[in-house]
Amino acid sequence: MSNRIDVKKTYKLFINGAFPRTESGRTYEVKNAKGIFIANPCLASRKDLRDAVVAARAAHHGWNKATAYNKGQILYRLAEMLEGRRAQFVDEIVTVTGVSKAKAEIEVTDSVDRLVWYAGWADKISSLSGALNPVAGPYYNFTIPESMGVIAAIAPETPSLLGFIDSIAPIIVGGNTVVVLASTKAPLSAMSFAEVIATSDLPAGVINILTGRKDEITPWMASHMDIDGLDISGLSSKKHAEVKSTGAQNLKRIYSFKSDEPGRILAFMENKTVWHPIGL
Amino acid sequence: MEEKLSFEYAPAPESRALVTIKPKYGHFIGGKFVAGSKHFPTINPATEEVLSQISLAAKADVDAAVKAARKAYTTTWSKMSGKERGKYLFRIARIMQERSREFAVLETLDNGKPIRESRDVDVPLAAAHFFYHAGWADKLEYAGLGTTPKAHGVAGQIIPWNFPLLMLAWKVAPALAAGNTVVLKPAETTSLTALLFAEVCQQAELPAGVVNIVTGDGSTGALIVNHPGIDKIAFTGSTEVGKIIARAVAPTKKSVTLELGGKAANIIFDDAAIDESVEGIVNGIFFNQGHVCCAGSRLILQESIADEVIEKLKNRMAKIRVGDPMDKNTDLGAINSKEQLLKIGELSAAGDSEGAQRWSAPCDLPGKGFWFAPTIFTGVTQAHRIAREEIFGPVLSVLTFRTPQEAIDKANNTPFGLSAGIWSEKGAKVLWASQQLRAGVIWANTFNKFDPASPFGGYKESGWGREGGRHGLSAYLKGVSHE
Amino acid sequence: MSFYGLVDGTETSLKKYLGSLSGVDQVGADARAAMLATRSIKTTSKRWAIDTAISMVDLTTLEGADTPGKVKALCTKAVRPDPTDATVPSVGAVCVYNDMVEIARTHLDLIGGQHVGVAAVSTAFPSGRASMAVKIQDTKDAINAGASEIDMVIDRGAFLSGRYIEVFDEIVKIREVCATKAHLKVIFETGELVTYDNVRKASFLAMAAGADFIKTSTGKVSPAATAPVVLVMLEAVRDFYTMTKVRIGVKPAGGIRNTKDAIKQLVLVNETAGPEWLKPSLFRIGASALLNDLLMQRMKIDDGYYASPQYVTID
Repeated sequence: MSNRIDVKKTYKLFINGAFPRTESGRTYEVKNAKGIFIANPCLASRKDLRDAVVAARAAHHGWNKATAYNKGQILYRLAEMLEGRRAQFVDEIVTVTGVSKAKAEIEVTDSVDRLVWYAGWADKISSLSGALNPVAGPYYNFTIPESMGVIAAIAPETPSLLGFIDSIAPIIVGGNTVVVLASTKAPLSAMSFAEVIATSDLPAGVINILTGRKDEITPWMASHMDIDGLDISGLSSKKHAEVKSTGAQNLKRIYSFKSDEPGRILAFMENKTVWHPIGL
Repeated sequence: MEEKLSFEYAPAPESRALVTIKPKYGHFIGGKFVAGSKHFPTINPATEEVLSQISLAAKADVDAAVKAARKAYTTTWSKMSGKERGKYLFRIARIMQERSREFAVLETLDNGKPIRESRDVDVPLAAAHFFYHAGWADKLEYAGLGTTPKAHGVAGQIIPWNFPLLMLAWKVAPALAAGNTVVLKPAETTSLTALLFAEVCQQAELPAGVVNIVTGDGSTGALIVNHPGIDKIAFTGSTEVGKIIARAVAPTKKSVTLELGGKAANIIFDDAAIDESVEGIVNGIFFNQGHVCCAGSRLILQESIADEVIEKLKNRMAKIRVGDPMDKNTDLGAINSKEQLLKIGELSAAGDSEGAQRWSAPCDLPGKGFWFAPTIFTGVTQAHRIAREEIFGPVLSVLTFRTPQEAIDKANNTPFGLSAGIWSEKGAKVLWASQQLRAGVIWANTFNKFDPASPFGGYKESGWGREGGRHGLSAYLKGVSHE
Repeated sequence: MSFYGLVDGTETSLKKYLGSLSGVDQVGADARAAMLATRSIKTTSKRWAIDTAISMVDLTTLEGADTPGKVKALCTKAVRPDPTDATVPSVGAVCVYNDMVEIARTHLDLIGGQHVGVAAVSTAFPSGRASMAVKIQDTKDAINAGASEIDMVIDRGAFLSGRYIEVFDEIVKIREVCATKAHLKVIFETGELVTYDNVRKASFLAMAAGADFIKTSTGKVSPAATAPVVLVMLEAVRDFYTMTKVRIGVKPAGGIRNTKDAIKQLVLVNETAGPEWLKPSLFRIGASALLNDLLMQRMKIDDGYYASPQYVTID
């Protein structure tokens, strides 16, 4: 083994396709299971959230308009890029959480596969959930699911990579853009995933990643009037009532999920029904 | 032949003889009518005549209704096969058809809407909703929610005064089809058709407690929303109250659907079929006195045709027949309440003071009752209150645009997102615009069409969830992973 | 010919003019017509509507089997629809084939029906398939025989294949023949034009070319004067008036068999073109069986009980 001093990564936020430091200038210490220092990720502020929402809103129109085939390919590209960096993610999961390498490998494998699974939904969800409605009159009437807009998500603490994938993939595959707060204790997977995103042709602003404290960011997410929906799967259920109550101000759609399934995609889609006469 | 140039239509009143209104009503709990304690009057808004005394349900009444609903759910309804449940709904649909004229007359008396609309729209659609959902009851496993979808249990349902019977049908039919029992509260000013519906439940021999109806005001509604024995809340009404409900249920496990306000854009492109567009504008804003959450209350006209359309619209508005709702030839009836009339007046005054130009159709308004002439405001901009707030009356705000994108941007520039209209004879443009509009219901080259098979509901602050179709049914079933 | 300044008589200007018309949405037009059909016309207004409708009837016989006797009987009925009731107005006109015009005119004059016009179907009615020379001669014959109204058919073949200028020129030429001697009604045969867009286009074409009336049908093709078709034509005359300040008449013909149908037509007129059109000079109903039903309904209103066909004459 060489005595080379390795080059450590500075973990930053990921907003609008760039890697800014938090505007607050704050960081916090991430330690591994044995209490050894790992990194100083950003302690994102409400202003970082604000910037991320602006980026997500700006990106929504273009991402929403992208063809389902295109969305599917980009999600698949995320899987490709993740696959190529397996070792890095396994390493980070082991380092931070202290799980065995074998267990970390399973998580990374599942994450890649989960991305592939969601990628395939891009061009199927409309046919699954859409409908041609047989109304009693000379009208063509159909219902299609459409993206809701800007969704915020609080990723679960663990598993730090797979949970993160489940927090972002179903949201973006439906055409939404997302602002996600990564696992506080294990944010490395999420921040490294930003590198995957940056090499995957995903338009800037579609996924925006914050690191920091749930207690600090969640209330601002709940009250932000330009956030349309909120995935609180990563939030302690004791906090749900408060978030839902605050979110009522703009009638945010606020959900927590127990598993991955197509319903998770549809939860952040709106059904649009279109009527048109049939005649000469 | 006498020389008479104008074709005056003699009064053609629908007969009242068909309906019997009791002097006083109680609640419908556990399959029986039970006396209430406190009462308030319900009036005919077209004449201010007191029609009856309605009970104001207090906590004990709501408790009794929830208890009856729970009992019916656990002992009867949840154990019954979907096939049998469906038959009750079919029965209800048929009885509503049989008694349709009675329902129409009662609805018009209590609500003030023209008999032509209650007869041709509200009542037939209400019956159709039961017929449609009846067929779902034994097919829930095919509704896309997994193989064993489950009912929530007891549904608390609070409905508005603009389509009293129809909103009842939108709520009760899917709830029952999915296997829930219900406690329903009609709006304070329009309880009578719900109470007649209770009779239909009796005639259909619906098991006691499956449908419970308590009457009252907002305080009764709050008792339902906050009742611990209720699993699911469905509300149609204002966005303001919708938010209160959303907050109230936040700490609970209650599932919620909300159908709230709107400020729909009705966009007319220069290549539209102009005469049908004018009809669509009229139908969009003057249907049901504009007491429609999805009303096309913002007319967004392409500048190149604005003058022509406004002139045609004014001519057409001058032909709207305003007056006695019981007259079969009436197009625009009474405003539902004094309170609503004041609100419409207040917002219209804001239109004047903010510099928009008001034009009202020349018509004689009756001396008694609550009336507002069909009105348009031109020269309205996005910044006017009448372009942003829901007026919920026969008042149209007219804005203009130069390019399609500008039309879409104006249409979407609102926290509401219930409905929108598009008028163009160019198919590609219609589909483009329908994709761009952020609203749950898009009427292209038509407006204010409803069908039980067609999901209805809003984006953004216009609500949560859908009513109608497979999507609406799912609101009354568990089976999705999220909560 | 001025063509109201709308076109200059060239194909280019005609195409531009017709191309500027907005389309018609069939479902919307059907819905509007259906809504107006729900109007409930009672008591005094019904009585007024019946008499107005009678005065608007173009009492028609257009059979290969028509004879002088049949036509004379029709004329008698036209002048005094109910021989027992002098308050019943005469109809607007009798409508006959070319060779019956002189018989009709003579007989009407003989029985005091000078105020009842004779309308002649013209231009190779009903198909319109003849040379222009024949069509012109057909029209001249009718006018010379005493026709005060010419009901010409358009060349639907030319219209459907987009040769609008041919249709236009034919109307212009017949208009010239009619000059001041006869009113010109232009029949579209809407059942063959099929779409409401075509009906609207034909309406504006005919009005610019000089029609005094636009008329739905020959009575030989079904569907004929459906409510939405009449609605579209009424919207056209209303809009044409806005543009030119000239009121063009409308004549539904075919399929209007009873009082209910006729009153629905009057409601359409009242609420579409407006009450100004509610007179025989601007609205006619081409019919035969309708008149007796109007008479029976009139009796019902006056007597208070339902009438029997035995009390109305079958001519």
